[in-house]
Amino acid sequence: MKYIPTIGIECHVQLSTKTKLFSEVDNDARGKEPNSCVSPVDYALPGMLPRLNGEAIKFAIRAGKAMNCKINAHSRFDRKHYFYPDSPKGYQITQFYQPIIGAGHVELPSGTKIHIEHAHLEGDAGKLTHFDNYSLVDLNRVDTPLIEIVSMPDIHSAKDAHDYCKELWRLMCFAGVTNGDLYNGNMRFDVNTSIAPEGSDKLGTRTEVKNLNSFRSVERAVEYEIARQTKILEAGEKVVQQTLGWNDATGKTTAQRSKEEAKDYRYMPEPDLPPINLSKEFTEKEAAKLPPMPADYRKKFGNVISGDTLEVLLDYPALMKKLDEVCSEYVKSMSNLFASVLLAEEKSAEYLNDLPSAKDLNELCEMNEKKELSSTATKEVFLRLFDPQMKNRGAKNIAKELGLIQENDLGALEAIIDTVLQKPETKKAQEDYKNGEEKVIGFLVGQVMKESHGKANPSAVQEILRKKLK
Amino acid sequence: MKTANKKITAVSLVKEALEKAKKFEKYNVFTFLNSEGALKKAEEIDKRIARGEEVGRLAGVPYALKDNFLSPEGPTTASAHILEGFVSPVTATAVEKLEAEGAIMIGRTNLDAFAHGSSTENSYYGPTHNAVDFERVPGGSSGGSAAAVALGIVEFATGTDTGGSIRQPASFNGVYGLKPTFGCISRYGVVAMASSLDCIGFFTKTPEDMDLLMTIASGQDSKDLTTLPSYYEVENGGNKAEDAACPSDNSSQAALAKSSCSAEHTAPSASLPIRIGIIKDFDNEAVTPEIREVLKKKCEKLKEKGYEIVELEMPTLKYALAVYYIIQPAEVASNLSRYDGIRYGFRSEKAKDLEEIYDDTRSEGFMPENKRRIMIGNFVLSSGFYDAYFLKAAKARTLIVKEYEEAFSKCDFILTPVSPNYAFKLGEKVNDPVAMYLEDLMSVSLNLAGVPGLAIPVGKTKDGLPLGLQLVGPRRSDMALIEFAKEIA
Repeated sequence: MKYIPTIGIECHVQLSTKTKLFSEVDNDARGKEPNSCVSPVDYALPGMLPRLNGEAIKFAIRAGKAMNCKINAHSRFDRKHYFYPDSPKGYQITQFYQPIIGAGHVELPSGTKIHIEHAHLEGDAGKLTHFDNYSLVDLNRVDTPLIEIVSMPDIHSAKDAHDYCKELWRLMCFAGVTNGDLYNGNMRFDVNTSIAPEGSDKLGTRTEVKNLNSFRSVERAVEYEIARQTKILEAGEKVVQQTLGWNDATGKTTAQRSKEEAKDYRYMPEPDLPPINLSKEFTEKEAAKLPPMPADYRKKFGNVISGDTLEVLLDYPALMKKLDEVCSEYVKSMSNLFASVLLAEEKSAEYLNDLPSAKDLNELCEMNEKKELSSTATKEVFLRLFDPQMKNRGAKNIAKELGLIQENDLGALEAIIDTVLQKPETKKAQEDYKNGEEKVIGFLVGQVMKESHGKANPSAVQEILRKKLK
Repeated sequence: MKTANKKITAVSLVKEALEKAKKFEKYNVFTFLNSEGALKKAEEIDKRIARGEEVGRLAGVPYALKDNFLSPEGPTTASAHILEGFVSPVTATAVEKLEAEGAIMIGRTNLDAFAHGSSTENSYYGPTHNAVDFERVPGGSSGGSAAAVALGIVEFATGTDTGGSIRQPASFNGVYGLKPTFGCISRYGVVAMASSLDCIGFFTKTPEDMDLLMTIASGQDSKDLTTLPSYYEVENGGNKAEDAACPSDNSSQAALAKSSCSAEHTAPSASLPIRIGIIKDFDNEAVTPEIREVLKKKCEKLKEKGYEIVELEMPTLKYALAVYYIIQPAEVASNLSRYDGIRYGFRSEKAKDLEEIYDDTRSEGFMPENKRRIMIGNFVLSSGFYDAYFLKAAKARTLIVKEYEEAFSKCDFILTPVSPNYAFKLGEKVNDPVAMYLEDLMSVSLNLAGVPGLAIPVGKTKDGLPLGLQLVGPRRSDMALIEFAKEIA
C-alpha cells in the first residue's frame, strides 16, 4: 500500500531585540557569564511584574508580514504553567488564546505554498546543563523573545519539510528579526509526522520530533519517521502518539523519557500585561519597513542570475541587498563574483559583515566590462576590497596600484607592437608566421606583453598582430 | 500628621514609635522591627532639616510596612515559612515614593501568609491581636498594619487589599482603610496575591492623612503596566493618557479596562444633592444587628443633612463571593508557582532530587490556607474545567462591573457594611474556611469591579468593639470618597 505522509512544523525563532521581552536586560548573552543577563523580573523575585518590549512587537509585525500573515489588531498574553528549573516564574508567558500573528503562507522555491496557522510571541526558557548528580541552571536566555510559527499540516515530503524550514529561516533573516544562528539555537524546529494510506481522508497518528536545529536533520528525521511508521503499519501495528528526540549521530529518533500522562498547562490570561492593541497606522508603518524578501529577489533577478547561483546567494541577505544596490547591468557578473569568489573564501563569514560599497563594486565591474581588468585581475581587486589595509582606496586605485589595468588604447598598443616588430629577435617568428606557422603568434604576443609590462590586453594584441602580419 | 521640623526631631518621633512598638509587643504586630535602620534614617533627616534642606511631606513620620512589600530593610517574608529570611535586593515603588518624602519604616507588620485570610491567624509567625480587644482577631490579611495604627504605634501603615484585606481589618480596629481604584498605586515590588484584584492602600487615623498619602503614592509606573496616572497629575491637569494603562484583559477585565479608560470620574456636582446608594440585598440576617443598626442610623443622619438616599437593586452581587473564590485562587495558584525552593527562600532539607525539592519545599513551606487556594486554583484552571469555572467566573465578573456602572448612574456613592461581623474571637473561625470566606461577602465585589472603597470608623458596639462602614465610589473617585468621609464618620 502506498502511504502519504503529512507533516506540520512548529518553529521557534529567537528575536534579536536589544533587550528581553519582559525586562530591560541585554538580550544578547553571547560570550557572557552564566546568569549575568538576568533582571529581578527574569529571576522571578516576589512582586516582580513583566514589562513589555515594544521592539519585540515591531519585530513580530515584520516577521508576520514576511510570511504574508494577517497581523491581529488585538492580541494578549497568557500564562502556561509547568514546574522546571528553567522556568523561574513557574509559568511561561505566551499567547495561547489571541496570538499577534494570524494566518498566512510561505512559498517554497519550488512554488509550493505552505500555510501558516498562526504565530505568537512568548518568552524563552533558561538552559540546564546536567551532570552526574547535579544540574546547573543558566537563566541568561530566560524571556528572550521568541515567536513560535505554527504551520498547517500542509507538507507531504521530507524534501518540502527541509525547504520549508530553510525558507522560514531565510524569511526571518531577511526580515532582520533574528541572528539566524542555527548552531546556537536561534531557530529550532518541532516536526509532527504522520502517514495515512493513499486516498484516506483521515490522518494517521502523529509523532513529534522535538528540538531539531538544522534543515538536514529535519529532512532526515522526517525520512526516518516515514520509514519507521510505514514499517509499523505494514506489520499491522499501530503508531504510538509520542514525543521523540533526534540523534544526529545514529540517524534515529528515540522516545524521550516522558510519562505519557497528558500535560495540563493550566493556561490563564496574564493579568499583569495589558492587551496589545495595534492601530492600523502603526502596523502599516512597521510593515513598510520590511525589506525585500527572497520571493521579491527571485522575481527581480530570476532572468539575470542563474537559478542555482540565486538560491545559493539567497542564503545571504546582505549579498542580496548589495546586489540590489549595484547597477543592474553588473548584477550578473557581481552575482558570480559573490557566489564563486567571496563564498569560496575562508573568511567569507567575516567578509559578509562588511561588504564593499556599491560604488566600489560598480567601478570594479566597469573596469572588467571595459576590459581594463582581466578576469583574474578582477577577482584579485575584488578580494582586495575586503582588505582592511586597502579597501578605503577604492577599486580603481587598487587596480592601478597593483598595476593590473590593461592597455586597451589601440594607438598605444600599435606603437608597442611596432617597437616589438622592429626588434631583430622577432624577425624569424614574423617570417614563420607568414609562412603559415600559426602557433608562433603566441611568442609574439608574449614579447608585446613583456614590452608593455603586462598591461596590454592580450586578445587585442593578438588581433592587431594578425592584421599587421597579413 | 506630625512631621519632623526644627522643634520636633525625626529621632524623637522614631524613638517614640519604637518604644510603643515594644510596649505593645504582646500584640504580635511586627514580624521585624527596624530599630537601627529607622534611627539612622531619622538622624539623616534631622541633619538635613538643620541644614535647611527640603525634607518632604512625610519628613520623619514613622510608618509600618505590611510584610509583603519588598525593600532591603529586613527580610520580606509575607509571613510565610517559604520566604523565611528572604532579603530583597529591590524596593517596591510605593515604598520608594513614601521614603522619598521622608517617611521612616519602623517595622514590618504581620499578615496571613501571602495575604490569604481574614484574621491574620494564618501567619507563620502566629496571630496578631485586635488593638481594642486582645481576645479578638484584628481582621486580615493586613491585621498587623491595622493594629499598628489603632494602637497608636504609627500614624499610618501600608496594606494590600485583594478582597477586603485593608477595609475589614480597618473596621475591626476602628481606623480608616482605603482600597483604591485598581491601578492607582503601583504593585511593583509587592508580593503578588491575585494580580487582577490586588490593590495597594493605607491605614490612617484621619481622612486628611489618607488624602496626602494617596497624592504621594498614586501614579503611573513603568514597572507596572496596569497603573493609572497619579492624583497629583490629574489635579494639575497633567497626563491623562489612561489608555496606555488599562488593566489586562480576561474577558471581564476588558470591560473593566474600558470603564476605567473612558470616563474620568467627575466629582459630584455641587448644585445637585449627593445621592447615597444603599444595597437592599445586604440588609439581611447574615449581617450582625449592630452593623445593620449603625448603617440605618447613618442613613437617617445623611438624609437630615440633605443628602438623597437611593435604594439599589444589585442582584448580581450575590454571586461576587463565588466568582471571587474562583478567580482569586486561580491567580494565587499561578503567582505562587515561583516559590519552588530553587532560587531563594526556604528549601526543604529532606529533598533529595528535583521532584522532592518541589514537593517537600512547597508542602513544608506553605500554610494550609495557601495550599487550599493552590488546589482550588489549579482545579478551576485545569483543562476540562476552565470553561465551566474560570471562564464562567470571568464572564460573571463582567456583569458585576456593569452592575456597578449602572448603580453609579443612579447614585454618587454607595454605603454598605465592610463585613458581616465586627471583630470575632481568635480561633473562632480558624477551622471553618467557609465562615472565614463569608467575611469577604461585602468587600470582594469592589476588587472584581476595580472600584474604590473606604472603610470609615462609625461607632462602637456596647462592648466597645469598633464598627465600620464602607463608602464605595466609581472608578477614580478615590479622592471624592476621602473628601466625603467626614460626612459619615
